[in-house]
Amino acid sequence: MAFPFLSVIIFAPAVAAVLILLLPKDRQTEPKVLAATGAFISLFMAVWVFLAYDRTLGGYQFVEQVPWLPVIGSSYYVGVNGIGVMLVLLNALLLFCAVLISWHIEERPREFFALLLLMGVGVFGAFTLLDLFLLVLFYELVLFPIYLLIVNWGWKPLREYGAMKLTLYLLLGSLVALVGILAIYFTSGLRTFDMVALGGVKFSPEFQRTWFLPIFVGFGVLASLWPFYSWSPDGYAAAPTAVSMLHAGVLKNVGAFTAFRVAVLLLPEGAKFWMPYLVFLMVMNVVYASFIALVHTDFKYIIGFASVAHLGVVLMGFAAMNELGWSGAVTMMFAHGIIAAMSFAIVGMVYDRTHIREIKELGGMIRRLSPAALGFAIAGFASMGMPGFLGFVAEVQVFLGLWKAASLAPWYPIVAIISALGIIGTAAYMLRAFQYVFMGELKPKFADIPPIGPLDKVALALMSLPLIVGGVYPLLVLPVVQSGVQSVLAVLGGA
Amino acid sequence: MGVTPFNPTWLLSILPELLLLALAVVVLGVDLALPAERKRTLGLWTAGGLVVILLVTLLVPMPQGPAFGGAVRIDGVAGVFRVIFLLGGILVALMSMDFRPLRQDGPYYGLLLFSLLGMSLMAVAENLVMLYVAMELTGISAYVLVGYMRETPQSAEAGLKYFLFGAFSSAVMLYGFSWLYAFAGGTGYSQLAQALRYIPFPLAVLAFLMVLVGFGFKVAMVPMHFWAPDVYQGAPTPITAFLSVGSKAAGFAVLLRALRFLFPALETTWVVLLVAISMVTMTLGNTFAVWQKNIKRLLAYSSIAQAGYVLIGVAAASQMGVASAAFYLIVYTVMNVAAFAVVVLVSNLTGSEDIESLSGLARRSSFLGWSMMLALFSLGGVPPFGGFVGKLLIFAGAIQSGLIALTVVGVINVIIGLYYYLNVVKVVFERRSEQEHEPLEVPTPSKWVLGITMAAIVLLGILAYPVYQWVWQASAGWF
Repeated sequence: MAFPFLSVIIFAPAVAAVLILLLPKDRQTEPKVLAATGAFISLFMAVWVFLAYDRTLGGYQFVEQVPWLPVIGSSYYVGVNGIGVMLVLLNALLLFCAVLISWHIEERPREFFALLLLMGVGVFGAFTLLDLFLLVLFYELVLFPIYLLIVNWGWKPLREYGAMKLTLYLLLGSLVALVGILAIYFTSGLRTFDMVALGGVKFSPEFQRTWFLPIFVGFGVLASLWPFYSWSPDGYAAAPTAVSMLHAGVLKNVGAFTAFRVAVLLLPEGAKFWMPYLVFLMVMNVVYASFIALVHTDFKYIIGFASVAHLGVVLMGFAAMNELGWSGAVTMMFAHGIIAAMSFAIVGMVYDRTHIREIKELGGMIRRLSPAALGFAIAGFASMGMPGFLGFVAEVQVFLGLWKAASLAPWYPIVAIISALGIIGTAAYMLRAFQYVFMGELKPKFADIPPIGPLDKVALALMSLPLIVGGVYPLLVLPVVQSGVQSVLAVLGGA
Repeated sequence: MGVTPFNPTWLLSILPELLLLALAVVVLGVDLALPAERKRTLGLWTAGGLVVILLVTLLVPMPQGPAFGGAVRIDGVAGVFRVIFLLGGILVALMSMDFRPLRQDGPYYGLLLFSLLGMSLMAVAENLVMLYVAMELTGISAYVLVGYMRETPQSAEAGLKYFLFGAFSSAVMLYGFSWLYAFAGGTGYSQLAQALRYIPFPLAVLAFLMVLVGFGFKVAMVPMHFWAPDVYQGAPTPITAFLSVGSKAAGFAVLLRALRFLFPALETTWVVLLVAISMVTMTLGNTFAVWQKNIKRLLAYSSIAQAGYVLIGVAAASQMGVASAAFYLIVYTVMNVAAFAVVVLVSNLTGSEDIESLSGLARRSSFLGWSMMLALFSLGGVPPFGGFVGKLLIFAGAIQSGLIALTVVGVINVIIGLYYYLNVVKVVFERRSEQEHEPLEVPTPSKWVLGITMAAIVLLGILAYPVYQWVWQASAGWF
């Protein structure tokens, strides 16, 4: 038997979490070291998988399969194609960085780090599982750690409301999608939850059109599809930094990726029917969220709305229903994940030192927190699609993909133009935030805030690296993405 | 119709029930021998005896099929329910040892065992007379147990209330039985099922409804749920747990068997009716639970809602439906008992049963805090715990039978449910309290209860396979 790379990636954080909970109370350092170790094992393996993935062969690799509930045809079946490789790498990177960023946590560190790791476990599972039953299980596994993390370590004024709203929205979305999944299961007649096998079934066009919508929109809630996005800014504003990072960075991608894998790939006819209309919701994501980000003055809300806008671009890429669009969407998921996580990390660093999130009351932070300013500049440039950063590579592909999708519906090129304009909005609000927070006069009361610590610097550097390297040398990333996209293109029926 | 001669293997087929009876006698005898200060060990005698009976039930092969001339039928589903009752009995006996306001004595544990015996017989009864006797044995023992803390007015009131509601529903059911007897001139299920095919529809439905009143009382389904919140709140907490898992499961055992083997002629009618009842039961239980301030009342409404979920499986009327309902009842037993076990310990210490009294619990005792949270998460249907897998299987059964609307209502209810479970979780995990630094000692019996239930909640979630496989094969004989 081959070495179970994916299982190690998924369960290393879980083992660490259990060990942490078994530690005696009141330990401060041990939980952090254990958490960093668990996350690092996953990161190391994820890099290994990224390098070892056979790009020319494509398809699902590193496959493991063990029966789990054979009576109903469900098994623990994991494997990754090029898309999964990217997302697993993303999650491993962000989980490790989130642990580093949270090193200063002193309030019940045992529980905090155990829950943070469990959240990572759920995400790894959702990216790698090829069995629908367990996919849903892992997908929802993140709910309870997130709720507890926000409600206990979050921002006091908003945390109870934000945590409850986020949890209930996400559960509602996934349960709606679940009904659709069960419909797929019974209609296929295969008595299996194996996604690969179900991918070979030709469902009737009527069935596909009926069930595509609940599944796509249900999972789309987690990708903050307009108008079901409102949990996202509130939830992020309420959450502790590490949770905002992971949630915006990877959990939204779980939503987008699962919507894509289950709704689009299993029900392509439904997708072709509905996507031309759903694309308008995604335009709303970009336009509406960008607009709010432009006028909002709360640092964390700005980033929260920016992330809603970016997810609009990701979903649009999927809605293009062609290779270019999908490849762009996947690249965008990866890029946005890092951008959002970095931005939230920096918001957290500034807030922890000043206890202010109102951008107009900050200023001159570059003098005290220059690494944060540099990081925010990198994230900002990547976010506004500046050439030389990974965000550019992603957005160009998405918009070209949309442009080319005119055969599906005549309005796709217009959608492409409108959302490309939305990117100008991104430039505006990122620069505005940067200007208010980092430029200008440093207020005297902030004159001796502590500088950015070494661990935070490491985390920022680790996150900047892929954005720059991927932007300057896209060939490092794109072949993996494309081999993933090509392996699923068959559902388009040669289109 | 000749009388079947007595067959000694019949005794072997009801071995668990005979052992329960013997254990009750032993416990009552030990009670006489024990000095007053050591009466608490009766709980150990009871739990230990029940463990032995559980092992016997699982390991000794018992003859399947009808016995005692058709009064009972031993089959796979009955086997599953026996295990549920025994498991619930073990946990409740251990839990009772740590409930301070309760008088620890022989009659208490004896009545517990008699009630269990009644439940076990309910699961195997295939004859109206047998069924009635079993239900009354369960019920009458339970009436006394609910009112067992005579000094406390709430407990006495709850006992009386439970008795009055029970007697009423039992009378209506008995009247229904008499109609059935008049239709067929007999009391065996198969004979009655045959006769019902030729009875005019309105009469048959009327008889069915009257019988359903009695079953619905045990299950606490709407509109036979009115007793539950008051009785649950007033009863000694271990008995509340016992009613909410044992009595309810016994009601489902009877309901499942009767629908399948007594009323197959009315299947199209009862499916529609149960779909409606299930929807109302879930929705009512969940919406009322949202407003509760007392944790026992909250769990009472929650358990009404949980019965609604199980009814989804019953309404599915398929092997998957029955298997999922039974699986869910197993999960429900452990998670509900766990929640009540924590309530017992907290109320011992604080003397209060308000939700607020759980403040700071996770800081006081990590073990208790996590136990309560896991139980609540599982009740709310959050993965990777058993409650999630159970709900998923129930919804799957409903969709397989084409009950899409019912599934949608179920899904909405899971959301409402999670809302109030999370509100309690929040109090346990996040709220501070002035006593949060006083450590909370967990007595050994409760350690066992929580250890077993926690392991089961997690294992039934992540390794559901062996148990679901067992339940699935057990229900195969019915279809």
